[in-house]
Amino acid sequence: MIFGIPIQAFLGQLLVGLINGSFYALLSLGLAIIFGLLRVINFAHGAQYMLGAFAGYLLLAHLGIGYWPALILAPLIVGVTGIIIERLALSRLYDIDPLYGLLFTFGLALVLEGVFRYYFGVSGNPYPVPPLLAGGTNLGFMFLPIYRGWVVVASLVICIGVWLAIEKTKFGSYLRAATENPSLVQAFGVNVPLLLTLTYGLGAALAGLAGILAAPVYQVSPLMGSNLIIVVFAVVVVGGMGSILGAIVTGYMLGLAEGLTKVFYPEASNIVIFVIMAIVLLVRPAGLFGKDA
Amino acid sequence: MTDLTLREARGKSSSRLEWMLVALGILALVAAPFFVYPIFLMKMLCFALFACAFNLLLGYTGLLSFGHAAFFGGAAYFTAHSIKVWGWPPEAGILLGVAGAALLGLVIGFFAIRRQGIYFAMITLALSQMFFFFCVQAEFTEGEDGIQGVPRGFLFGLIDLHVPLNIYYVVLAVFLIGVFAIWRIVNSPFGMILRSIRENENRATSLGYSVANYKLAAFVMSAALAGLAGSVKAIVFQFATLTDVAWQMSGEVILMTLLGGIGTMVGPIVGAGLVVALQNMLATSDFPVTIATGLIFMVCVLVFRRGIVGEIYARVFHPAGSSKD
Repeated sequence: MIFGIPIQAFLGQLLVGLINGSFYALLSLGLAIIFGLLRVINFAHGAQYMLGAFAGYLLLAHLGIGYWPALILAPLIVGVTGIIIERLALSRLYDIDPLYGLLFTFGLALVLEGVFRYYFGVSGNPYPVPPLLAGGTNLGFMFLPIYRGWVVVASLVICIGVWLAIEKTKFGSYLRAATENPSLVQAFGVNVPLLLTLTYGLGAALAGLAGILAAPVYQVSPLMGSNLIIVVFAVVVVGGMGSILGAIVTGYMLGLAEGLTKVFYPEASNIVIFVIMAIVLLVRPAGLFGKDA
Repeated sequence: MTDLTLREARGKSSSRLEWMLVALGILALVAAPFFVYPIFLMKMLCFALFACAFNLLLGYTGLLSFGHAAFFGGAAYFTAHSIKVWGWPPEAGILLGVAGAALLGLVIGFFAIRRQGIYFAMITLALSQMFFFFCVQAEFTEGEDGIQGVPRGFLFGLIDLHVPLNIYYVVLAVFLIGVFAIWRIVNSPFGMILRSIRENENRATSLGYSVANYKLAAFVMSAALAGLAGSVKAIVFQFATLTDVAWQMSGEVILMTLLGGIGTMVGPIVGAGLVVALQNMLATSDFPVTIATGLIFMVCVLVFRRGIVGEIYARVFHPAGSSKD
């Protein structure tokens, strides 16, 4: 017993919090990468997450393509659609106020959500857990469904991998340089417009990857992204978009905070992240890891 | 939003032609209920006032709020509850709605003005979502059903609001008063300072204006007027539901303003009229409203950032492109 709460319930909610946190981290990571370079807040990020889940669902339902190939294919599909959107539309908005980027991607999110709602209704579609990760294991102090453990590990690996790629590779160094000063990087002969396109594709693909990871945990539904994205925005405000690592850490932290609230005061679990956001705004308006004033 | 489109927003001088158009517009609104279904007209008027209130913030102060549904829907709840459960007369209910929305605006604005631009939009969105969850759980909002069957009652104990023409002219009067108030605010010295903040916040600060206070004041006024629109809507339709506080509603009012013309006086009214008409049309077809809304958003942002009225202003009133305020 911890503070009068059975330890199983406590750890169970902590695990739920950790899983939610995994998705917050993956999504806010993508948002931060896109924002860092494009100065666009990608409102369609939630819709792209939903698109990833649906890509997996449709691949399985119509082509019989299972979870593991979908883990590659779904992000690829979402990434490619992202690249097309960036080339056709977003790239025309870089020179004007960044708020227009927000509004454009908001419209895009509405269209994507509307289309899927039109064809699939609002009810969720179950996506089976892959056989390899089915079942659970008894850790002695709690029962752990293997797939949920996999989600936490996979998202950690992806987050750290992306972070390392940005910090340690050549492409990452271009990306960081272009974030600091795009025109200078362009002058050194780096194709910055291409970099912008690839970055948006990468961010969208990350959202798609989060979506296919989420498919067996939550139901695949057209509305799965729109409510999540608002929470992720709050996460991003708390973390401040200045740092990639900051976005990841904040995501996990707030997921855990949400899980803990479910244990101690369930009524507030929906709003705890917003409350934390308000407090952070009072104490550190730039966000926990933010650099800008 | 210091951007070409906004800088091209209309100047302060109002020509005689513009006044004539305004007079014609008012006449048309007075005559309209004899030709068009009044409920539909009242819905347009409520949303037009909502969009104008929103535009006070976006168009004239340069702050994009993504949370105005909280004020609109919150006021609708306060009004509906006070009239239905406490038996208040409509004017008191509206007053409570406006006061409640202003208070909400003060709280949300207090947090939101700590950041700028895109963060401001995200914070208002997050805080209004928080209010949404509050409304889902609170008892007085009656959950998923919403507050249904709100009696219209008698305005000032005299005017029977059950008579369609009576309530129409009351709504029209509220709308005109609200828009006039916004016009006065925008063209007052206070409004000029708001515009200077929109154009160059740092310069406004260096001139000695406490930018944060002005922003908060504009935010509260905008929230209160959005609340006025929500309160009146609750009385017209006799209900208040979660739809009015959901984030989609915040998106809708942005669309109305963007479509009509950000930073123009008439634009949001035109935009609201078009969006409401479109929704009415689509309600009978099976084409989803969200898709239409999203597409208009994308097209407006890509090729039509000045909006309908902004475009007309740019071409008719400042044809040479020398459109300096």
